Amino acid sequence: MTYGGIAMPTTMREQTSKLAELFRIFLRIGPMTFGGGFAMIPLISEEVVAKREWLEEKELDDMLSVASAAPGGVGVNAAAFIGYRRAGVAGAIAAVIGVTLPTFAIGLLFYLFYSLLENNVKVQAALQGIHGAVIGLMVTTAYRMSKAAIFDKMTIGLACLSLLGLTVFGLNPLWVISGGTLIGVAYLFVEEKLGHRIATESRRKAKRAKPEAVGPEYYI
Amino acid sequence: MLKALLLAFLKIGLFSFGGGYAVLPSIQAEVEGHGWLTQDDFARAISIAAMSPGSIATNGATLIGYRIDGFGGALAATVGILLPSLVLIVLVAMFFYRMRDSKWMRYVLYSLRPIITMLILYAAIRLLGIGGGSGGGAAGLNWTFIATLLIIGGCVFGMLRYKLHPVLVIVASGLTGIVLF
Repeated sequence: MTYGGIAMPTTMREQTSKLAELFRIFLRIGPMTFGGGFAMIPLISEEVVAKREWLEEKELDDMLSVASAAPGGVGVNAAAFIGYRRAGVAGAIAAVIGVTLPTFAIGLLFYLFYSLLENNVKVQAALQGIHGAVIGLMVTTAYRMSKAAIFDKMTIGLACLSLLGLTVFGLNPLWVISGGTLIGVAYLFVEEKLGHRIATESRRKAKRAKPEAVGPEYYI
Repeated sequence: MLKALLLAFLKIGLFSFGGGYAVLPSIQAEVEGHGWLTQDDFARAISIAAMSPGSIATNGATLIGYRIDGFGGALAATVGILLPSLVLIVLVAMFFYRMRDSKWMRYVLYSLRPIITMLILYAAIRLLGIGGGSGGGAAGLNWTFIATLLIIGGCVFGMLRYKLHPVLVIVASGLTGIVLF
């Protein structure tokens, strides 16, 4: 029985077993996400599309692109979305707790372990190296994203404004995000009213058949 | 303290567009604004968060919360950063089929993408400025700074040219760090 695309629970017992199943699936997927949330996507697809057939592949893809526009990491967002579709709000909560619990515990363990070795010179040196790696990963991510993100005058303008606002004027990132989005949306709205057609995707992106060619960096 | 942590991370979570690295400047702004952590503590927490599985933003929240106020702090910060996206995703899921091809959705994405890109670049610049755990406050060219630049260059090259996996890059850089520093 479905209602508005959401499977409605027929009994309490059925609902409980659905929640337990969601929790278990995402508990297993959570620790596999070394290297960021996108690593989770193939695993999620395997579990909920191939094995259990809760969603179709196309629906998962569309869901991921919408999820990338919402705040939050894609792993958590995907868990919440699938949990909701399967068992309502409780399902979303069960899936998010499931996906977060292992990384929460492992992260804390790493940190405690580090605290014990805090004064070890080798550990300090390794962390200093990883510090460089994190910056390198970020630069790579920004570079790859820029190909799909910055492709016309307005997106170049928005990028320059954002960087200026952040570095020179020291604006809070929250203001840059909300202000910049307002400017961009207002611009597109005005252009539309003037009868100009503006491509909202880069042509390079549109040419690719597979979204993952440019997609993954969004999901880290 | 717990309430302040929860509120701060709720605010961060609500604006965590782009996820991951793009969220780091917001976390840093909040944490330093409240005077909760030094820059070095922040950089160290982020390095460990990057090593752990899962999103660097959520892990960062957990570790920073722990550092500030123990286990309760870790819990408050993690719940804080996750709750807004949980609520928003449930709302998105409710209207998913209507939103999928919405004009406004495309407009928002068009504007958000370049901003998120620059946010990540800015986060990288800020992290480089911190220099993490070296203790030497000198802004000039020192060995730590040059070696860090070398590692960054190596990582970017390896990832772009040879499509190396991020985990491999992190492990290799950790080992390189032991040799260089």
